[in-house]
Amino acid sequence: MSELILRLNAQAKSSILSIQEYFTLAWNSLRFIFARPFYFQDVIQQMDEIGVKSLGIVLLTGLFTGMVLALQSSVQLQTFGATMYIGRLVAGSMIRELGPVLAGLMVAGRVGSGIAAQLGSMKVTEQIDALNTLGTDPIKKLATPRVLAALIMMPVLTIINDLVGIIGGNIIARFMVGLPTSLYWRTVWEQIMSGGFTMAVVPNDFVQGLTKPLVFGAIISITACYFGLRTTGGTEGVGQSTTKTVVTSSILILVVDYFLTQLLLSILQAP
Amino acid sequence: MTQELRRREDRKTGQVREAIRNELAADARADGALAQEEAAEARPVIEMQGVTLSFDQPILEDVSLVAREGETIVIVGESGTGKSTALKLILRLLVPERGRVLIDGEDITHLSFEEALKVRQKMGMVFQGAALFDSLTVFENVAYPLREHTDMSEDEIEKRVREKLQFVDLEPDEVVDKLPSELSGGMRKRVGIARGMANDPEIMLYDEPTSGLDPLTTGTITRLIMKLQRELGVTSIVVSHDIRSVFRMATRVALLHERHIVFSGTPEEMAAAEDSYIRDFLGGL
Repeated sequence: MSELILRLNAQAKSSILSIQEYFTLAWNSLRFIFARPFYFQDVIQQMDEIGVKSLGIVLLTGLFTGMVLALQSSVQLQTFGATMYIGRLVAGSMIRELGPVLAGLMVAGRVGSGIAAQLGSMKVTEQIDALNTLGTDPIKKLATPRVLAALIMMPVLTIINDLVGIIGGNIIARFMVGLPTSLYWRTVWEQIMSGGFTMAVVPNDFVQGLTKPLVFGAIISITACYFGLRTTGGTEGVGQSTTKTVVTSSILILVVDYFLTQLLLSILQAP
Repeated sequence: MTQELRRREDRKTGQVREAIRNELAADARADGALAQEEAAEARPVIEMQGVTLSFDQPILEDVSLVAREGETIVIVGESGTGKSTALKLILRLLVPERGRVLIDGEDITHLSFEEALKVRQKMGMVFQGAALFDSLTVFENVAYPLREHTDMSEDEIEKRVREKLQFVDLEPDEVVDKLPSELSGGMRKRVGIARGMANDPEIMLYDEPTSGLDPLTTGTITRLIMKLQRELGVTSIVVSHDIRSVFRMATRVALLHERHIVFSGTPEEMAAAEDSYIRDFLGGL
């Protein structure tokens, strides 16, 4: 019995320590954005890696999500004779929820696993130790550029995802439901305007739709760096870090999305 | 009959061991005598004072070691006795539970992470697997510490990189644009040494610099380490298993066994030691 308690105690301590290390890494990664030396070239390279190279997967995800949303909603709305509101439904869903979440999940799978594998390989081949011995802080050199690049590129990817999703919805609305394009876009606009404004200028839907990818970008990059930099046990360890990164960041995205939505809804009051 | 054969075999093995010991001691006398005399007078550069460290189980207990300016101290011992851990303590990648580590008289045990990074700039480290940055070319690898910590112009950096590559017997034009994956094990180690010494550090640390290399390349790397000591007066700590290289390059040898340094002395003293563990250890290698 006492052995069980001791084991539980050790497990609890280890979990708390892991959480502490995660947040320390998060804090340092963000703090170093404003500290010299600045690794601009690394940030640009990571922006290309995280943003430009994820474009294909995000475009496909956005297009088909928008199309399927339009298809499903057209069936439902037809019952009430309200197919003209397809645009409103697609835009609302894409901008507020599906755009950020799906882009986040896609990037977690593609970029998160890549970062974890790269940093994990560097860890097991002593390249991280080499950085340390050469007087470079590995967090500043490796984690901060990735976190900053993710913070910049995730909102950009999400905007593209939203836009392509809405265009996908337009294609279905036009060619399968027969809704005129102008009417579709008018309802999209109505949806954006109806959610109210922050500081009388920025539509609340945009605030919601752009706050989320910012948070998801941080979650993906920090989780990937965390597991990558903690990798032990050779190539098998690299594989485990990659898997843990994708699973943990996907779960965190979904959980944080719920709480963030609730928070944003309570802050951003509709008129 | 079988016992007689075994006795003869034992006698023969003993004679071979004795011959190896004599040869190694002679090597060490020839290469190290002058350095030892100089080192005896020199100031301490690296000091470990009563260092104790444990993870799940004790790794090092009350370990003390002094490396004076220009000395090459080789730490030997069985696998898993904490030799590489000792290097990590000197680099302050690890912090001891008890005891102190001093670099140039400065206690580095309580330094902050940022302060430790500055102290590490005094040191060059050569890793067992070279640990070259695999996404960077040879040139970029060697230039890395210069770009990171100096205000040197690109021309000066290029000159220094070529100079260091030549020092480690590599032809700059042939290797600068290559990626580490395109190099042989020995070349990678040499680039690792060039990167370690790019900043002209006063301390060089080597973790198994000759492991996994053929005898010829092992000889080249050993000569390079000796050349660094001889020509640049660098203080070195080497962790190694290769006893022939150990005896050639060491001014002093420290033997780690069961968490303690059980022997510290010149290679000749080690070769002449009567202690059964030391004799087994030398024989075992």
